[in-house]
Amino acid sequence: MLDVKIKKKLGAFQVSASFQTNGTGITALFGPSGTGKTSVVNMVAGLARPDEGRIVVNGVTCFDSAEGIDIRPEKRRFGYIFQDGRLFPHLSVRSNLVYGMNLVPVSERFIQVEKVVEILGIKHLLNRRPAKLSGGEKQRVAIGRALLTSPRLMLMDEPLASLDEERKSEVLPFIKSLPHEFSVPILYVSHSVSEIRDLAQNVVIMNEGRTVKAGPAQTIPF
Amino acid sequence: MDLLGLSPFEKESLRLSLWVSCWAVAASLPPGVFVSWLLARKKFPGKFFLDGLIHLPLVLPPVVVGYILLVLLGRRGVLGVWLHQWFGVTFAFNWKGAAVASGVMAFPLLVRAVRLSMEGVDPGLEAAARTLGAGPMRVFFTITVPLTMPGILTGMILAFARSLSEFGATITFVSNIPGETRTLPLALYTLTQIPGGEAGAFRLCVISVVLAMVALIVSEVLSRYLAGCMKG
Repeated sequence: MLDVKIKKKLGAFQVSASFQTNGTGITALFGPSGTGKTSVVNMVAGLARPDEGRIVVNGVTCFDSAEGIDIRPEKRRFGYIFQDGRLFPHLSVRSNLVYGMNLVPVSERFIQVEKVVEILGIKHLLNRRPAKLSGGEKQRVAIGRALLTSPRLMLMDEPLASLDEERKSEVLPFIKSLPHEFSVPILYVSHSVSEIRDLAQNVVIMNEGRTVKAGPAQTIPF
Repeated sequence: MDLLGLSPFEKESLRLSLWVSCWAVAASLPPGVFVSWLLARKKFPGKFFLDGLIHLPLVLPPVVVGYILLVLLGRRGVLGVWLHQWFGVTFAFNWKGAAVASGVMAFPLLVRAVRLSMEGVDPGLEAAARTLGAGPMRVFFTITVPLTMPGILTGMILAFARSLSEFGATITFVSNIPGETRTLPLALYTLTQIPGGEAGAFRLCVISVVLAMVALIVSEVLSRYLAGCMKG
């Protein structure tokens, strides 16, 4: 269950998002470029602070301006896949993968390295440095790195935007399989109609900083 | 060392110089990295002032810096009295004072190199580490500092070379005491003041040039090597 109602002023631009979705599967945050989708995701992740509002994920209040709650990003346990991968260039793929996992108590881990490596098909990359990977490989490692923190929610900010068509078709099936393989809900940002048709069970539509519509993918025209 | 034909007088000054410079760099490294991080990553009131203050030794006459140190840290200095009373530390007219003078003079070079390198580290990587469960301290030590390593090493070497060549602030603050504060440049100066010192002065001069040159080359090679490492 994702319950978001937040406002933030960014210069002259006002982001005002309000939506609720049920917890399972992939929820797409859809809208043209520059409508504040990334700002919303950053606020959910805790990387940006809303001016006011509330963010509740699966019953856990992460932010509530009225009650003075603001959980720090490292305590929220949301896996965040950035558009540009953001692998740590000074660490090997293997060290990148376990960077977050090692910070999670063993008893709270529900995802194993072997399974992630197998499903994402990155076994042959483990000893390489990120600089030696292709765009698609980087994104798969980034997904693995976030998954291994056993996250409560995955945030994906246009994870395919920097990839060409061929690489997209390489990564897309993995993303599609995540909710049932690992039972982690996903908030997926995109401005691509085809990606969303392919992936999402729920859709939230944003325009000019505001959420316009939200609901199951079949019932929302977009 | 004997191959160079150095007299005990010259050897002692060289040894002292290396010792003082090592301490100057080691002691200024932690605050240098911290200040660089403040300047590269934080916004706070008085940032311009701090930036200016740190760069002052670069533009002030070294004698002025030495005199300020004397007023602050000397035996009767504002901080000197306090440090002596509470920690039993005194910087007046000993090698520790020479290290402080060298460290202060070299500090801007250290901070400039580290800050420049740190500003080149993508804050997005730090944000990514936060979302992976790392607190600010862990992010600093596992992401920011390793990625700043080229700048830190360059800064250390530049600061070391600057410390070796420190003269004005040292002689003003801790004077020219054989075996205690008479570092290489001070020994060179002393030799030029006594009859028959030309040969020794020349040898120390050559050593200074060689040390400075080696430091610059090593710093350049190291930073290229490290930059290469980051790229895979």
